[in-house]
Amino acid sequence: MNAEFDPSVGTAVGRSTPKLENREKVTGRAEYIDDLYRPNMLHAAILGSPFAHARILSYDVSEALAAPGVVGVITGDDVPAGRMGAFIKDEHALAKGKVLYLGEPVAAVAAETLEQARAAVNLIRVEYLELPAVLSPEAGLAPDAPILHEALADYIKVFDAGSTGNLCSRTELTEGDVDAAWAGCAVIVEGEFTTQAQAHVAMEPCGALAEMDAQGRVTLWSANQSVFRVQANVCESLQLPMSRLRSLTPRVGGGFGNKMEAHIQPLTVALAMKTGRPVKCVLTREEDFEIVRARHPFRIRMKTGADAEGRLIARECEVLLDCGAFADDSPGVMGYALLMSGGPYRIPNQRATGKLVYTNKLRFGAYRGFGNPQVSFASEQQIDEIARKLSLDPIEMRRRNLLQPGDGWFVGPKVASNGLSACLDAVEKASAWGRKPDAKPGTRRAKGIALSAHISGLLGTGAIVRMLEDGTISLNTGATDIGQGSDTALAQICAETLKVPVEMVSVASPDTDGSPYNWGTTASRVTYTTGRAVAGAAGEVLRQAMGHAAEMLDVPVEDLELREGGRIAIRGSNTDLPFAAISGRAHWAKGGPIVGSHTLVFDEPTHDPKRAIALGLPFPRIGVFSFAATVVDVEIDEVTGQARVTEAWSAVDVGRAINPRLVDVQIEGGFIQGMGFALYEEMVWDGPKLANPSLLDYKVPTSADSPHVHSIIVEDPEPSGPFGAKGAGEIGLNPVPAAIANAVGAALGGVSHDLPLTAERLLPRIIEAEHAA
Amino acid sequence: MPGKQVFTLDLNGRETEVFAPADATLLDVLRDNCALRAAKRGCNQGVCGACTVMIDDVPVRACLTMAGACGGRAIRTLEGYGDDPVMGRLQEAMNASGGVQCGFCTSGLLITARNLLAESPRPAQAEIRSALSGNLCRCTGYVRIVEAIASAAEEVAR
Repeated sequence: MNAEFDPSVGTAVGRSTPKLENREKVTGRAEYIDDLYRPNMLHAAILGSPFAHARILSYDVSEALAAPGVVGVITGDDVPAGRMGAFIKDEHALAKGKVLYLGEPVAAVAAETLEQARAAVNLIRVEYLELPAVLSPEAGLAPDAPILHEALADYIKVFDAGSTGNLCSRTELTEGDVDAAWAGCAVIVEGEFTTQAQAHVAMEPCGALAEMDAQGRVTLWSANQSVFRVQANVCESLQLPMSRLRSLTPRVGGGFGNKMEAHIQPLTVALAMKTGRPVKCVLTREEDFEIVRARHPFRIRMKTGADAEGRLIARECEVLLDCGAFADDSPGVMGYALLMSGGPYRIPNQRATGKLVYTNKLRFGAYRGFGNPQVSFASEQQIDEIARKLSLDPIEMRRRNLLQPGDGWFVGPKVASNGLSACLDAVEKASAWGRKPDAKPGTRRAKGIALSAHISGLLGTGAIVRMLEDGTISLNTGATDIGQGSDTALAQICAETLKVPVEMVSVASPDTDGSPYNWGTTASRVTYTTGRAVAGAAGEVLRQAMGHAAEMLDVPVEDLELREGGRIAIRGSNTDLPFAAISGRAHWAKGGPIVGSHTLVFDEPTHDPKRAIALGLPFPRIGVFSFAATVVDVEIDEVTGQARVTEAWSAVDVGRAINPRLVDVQIEGGFIQGMGFALYEEMVWDGPKLANPSLLDYKVPTSADSPHVHSIIVEDPEPSGPFGAKGAGEIGLNPVPAAIANAVGAALGGVSHDLPLTAERLLPRIIEAEHAA
Repeated sequence: MPGKQVFTLDLNGRETEVFAPADATLLDVLRDNCALRAAKRGCNQGVCGACTVMIDDVPVRACLTMAGACGGRAIRTLEGYGDDPVMGRLQEAMNASGGVQCGFCTSGLLITARNLLAESPRPAQAEIRSALSGNLCRCTGYVRIVEAIASAAEEVAR
């Protein structure tokens, strides 16, 4: 495998360096959670609740304990009363007292073999008192609804949630005077939209392996997006001091939000502590569907008004979210969806309100896009609807309303870099927007467009950069690379700062014992926030190295410069020192080993109280903004109603592409995941039971279903970002359902109110369009 | 629970004896008994393709194949391709193209791609997409994987 670094070309940033760990992945040697084994390791199996809502009256584990190979059993009685949760601490390590959804783990067995553990869970007897279940947010808000969390008022909440009854949280954002603004509108469109639950389907199912040492300290490996959130969740639910739990990560087989907060790490740790032996628990694909988390179904009511020239005047958005049984990241998803509900446009009057309601279903949580694809589906269709009413081209309609450089975002976040207009220009040109695609006989065909913005930022992060004795570099950030390539991008930022080849930088695997805090690989944040920390820490190493070099060469620091290959030289001369000489001096003679660290927390306020009113805002400090424009070419079979994307163009403003190829793949992969959401992916419940928890019954896009996606990188440097970079992880997905719905609207007329856009939904519209013609 | 038995397998060119449950699948035996873990368990239902291995030059789902049915047949996993130059080209192309993200599907995908190049040395894009349709990838959107296989095929043919 040829490394791409060529010292004659120079810098590391901006190069499509192959990912650092690719060699182990293409040879099959990468180790994921299920590939890890420890001496004397036990295997675990989980007993799920047969009811959606029930009180647990008693357990009888005697038969299970007596079964062959069984070493330990845990039930809710074996776990402490601690509760975990990102926004509202409402969840135990294992069901205690009550079960809140069908399949919720109520007990677990550790045995010598997996087969023995699976056989034994069926021998656990649990007596329940079944309670009426809440299966929709509307039902949850009914006055006589059964209450899921009786102690909700007492739970710890990290923001003003306004929780009451089954209402988990509410958020209200207002800017301008929406009610007065409608009178000034020449066109008003209004509609209701629903979106479905989408499963993450990371190819690797979730799993964990825990082991307790003789001092009672636990080491935990797991499939995760944050070793630190794993540590916090396990310790909160099991009431352990955080210093007693070490959280690590093997390679992670994809994560699109599902591995960010806890899954089965707490119960795996509880089993390891109960048995005193290492325990591995890896979910089956069915369990991974049933007990981890999924994308929220949204009900959206949206109203938009514009003047006769198509300039947007007012937008109102009201959402109702199914939370599932536990809050998890849901309050954040709702708050963020509302914040993004106006889209990347100038709209002087906006109101966005939402309710999040507990139901007896699997928890919904973080999923690539974080509520943005759902509101964009409504918002971007209304932009097209207004354009149609005013006989404006959809691109022209958008141009008249684009958020301009210097404009702030709804409610108040600052927007420093804004490449939105360039994104729009790029897809217009690349897709030959003005040219109508030719429909084959028996098909309808049209192009559709949608725009999007997304943040990257949020919360704390850090980096430690060390210069080793030989002058090579060790980088340690605590950021989990889930396959997207953050290890590589961060190594590039480090290498660029120190002007060394990327191969000279080693990247430490995240370890809560040794890595600086990192909130997680989520919110499109690692390149932007952790990248800033890496640039800062590498800069500190450079500052120290310069100090050494100045003393060694007996010149002032100002006379020195950093040269390619990790050398510090006297300006305008051939006299220089390699890092090895400098680091050797620091280690053995003077000053001490060179270590640079830098930490930060994103601290720009979301809300500007002079601009807007905000109630129940879950993210008081949010992030910087990336932008995207997507065009799709959609073909619809007139006989079956099946829609297919034949080609797609997606332009994303990422500030600066640290590794362009990795950005391309984020755009392309996000597109296809968004296309699955738009066209067919749907988790279906039969009463309280998930009816399609398998890849046979839940379809994700294959290579044969997927079009060629043209990824286009736009670079409008973000002043606060490392080398100008901002996030790229989620934004490629956001506009996809909306763009496809707009293409369907252009082909068939009308608005798509409900996702997914299945053949069953489109066929009646084709017939209707034929009758109208 | 079924008892254990000895299986004799022709595994990556070596006769290998394993002692495993009588109802073990080939994937169980590869991963648990032989420490050959390139093949992954993504769904255990034969849908995702992450466990794809070759048996007698035909790609199969190891999760759906009973170990007991493999006697006398040549099994080849990704670990067994160290000396195969075509696989080497595919691996190199996947590395360079961006076709590798989380890597969980990569092993099964490479086996399928290697088989494709055996059957069709210069496959068209549509042919590649069709051949890979039984190997799910949730990260890449397939664009760079298709590109990698096409470029590896070109390299091999050159």
